[in-house]
Amino acid sequence: MDKTWNNKAWFLVLPVLVLVAFSAVIPLMTVVNYSVQDTFGNNVFFWAGTEWFEDLLHSDRFWEAMVRNLIFSFIILAIEVPLGIFIALNMPKKGWGVPVCLVLMALPLLIPWNVVGTIWQVFGRNDIGLLGYYINALGIDYNYVQDPIDAWVTVIIMDVWHWTSLVVLLCYAGLVSIPDAFYQAAKIDGASRWAVFRYIQLPKMQRVLLIAVLLRFMDSFMIYTEPFVVTGGGPGNSTTFLSIDLVKTALGQFDLGPAAAMSLVYFLIILLLSWVFYTVMTNYDAER
Amino acid sequence: MNLDFSWMAWTWPTAAFFIVIVLMLFGMGVWEYASPGGHPRIGVLRFETTRGDRLFLSLLGSAFIHLAWLGLVGPNLWWALALSVVYAVGVFRYV
Repeated sequence: MDKTWNNKAWFLVLPVLVLVAFSAVIPLMTVVNYSVQDTFGNNVFFWAGTEWFEDLLHSDRFWEAMVRNLIFSFIILAIEVPLGIFIALNMPKKGWGVPVCLVLMALPLLIPWNVVGTIWQVFGRNDIGLLGYYINALGIDYNYVQDPIDAWVTVIIMDVWHWTSLVVLLCYAGLVSIPDAFYQAAKIDGASRWAVFRYIQLPKMQRVLLIAVLLRFMDSFMIYTEPFVVTGGGPGNSTTFLSIDLVKTALGQFDLGPAAAMSLVYFLIILLLSWVFYTVMTNYDAER
Repeated sequence: MNLDFSWMAWTWPTAAFFIVIVLMLFGMGVWEYASPGGHPRIGVLRFETTRGDRLFLSLLGSAFIHLAWLGLVGPNLWWALALSVVYAVGVFRYV
């Protein structure tokens, strides 16, 4: 049967195009324009060419923030993905426990980022915070305001607490979609618990795991609010990630040109990584 | 109504950059109209790419080539542009 072609349908796409233009294209164009100029305010701009990009690429501050961000994302993935799988495997599959576990798991995801930051900022304080006070009472010298390692541990635990649930829910959705026939066949073959996980559950969870890794990597690579509220990027610059550095440059120092150049480089890195993940996911689908 | 876009801080070089991007997209549209289907194929990367994928890879790669040139060589970007054109031809030919 021949398809009916009606090019008037293209007009239905116009509202989306207008929305994308205002929310993405125009801001991106503006950032590109700012990245090659300097300004002191009042919409007066001076041509700077590629100067801000050169400064950025030779800036230790930028590369240090980038390395910090990559280490943070790697640690987050190394903890949240195995922990999320472990919790999902141990969640009940039937009965009243299912809705209870699902609601408990979803709770951290419903809390706004700045509130999470505030909760952990207070929770970790060694004078009035429950966590900080009792850790010090145990004889461990913990102070996230002064010690960079304590600050990192606090930010990592906070992120794990906030976002492991997402990995759990995605893995759980993958697990409950496995038909019982697979488990019955494994039982008949006398498969061990590990063999069931390795050859049935893990392959069936592969797609949701890819989505989980993609989402968690992107989110952790762009993390801003929680560490900013808890540590403000400190002590020193120890928890200054790329986005915190960017906001300090753009709003703290009002260096719009350097901040725009940094935004573009940051954007290109995110774009490249998104493409890599997208390609891996779509090719995995095609192979299946 | 008097719309003021001075806050966008347009310059001729950046305007030319976006005009070239728009012309490329328009050219891809014309190419697709003349030869529909996106010409999917499996190249050296061992997965299927269409013309749009190849343009995206060319532009993204060119951006990184320019950044690498700025960081490692210097501010004269004409050689980086030439390298990017060679890279884009390679992508359209072999990817």
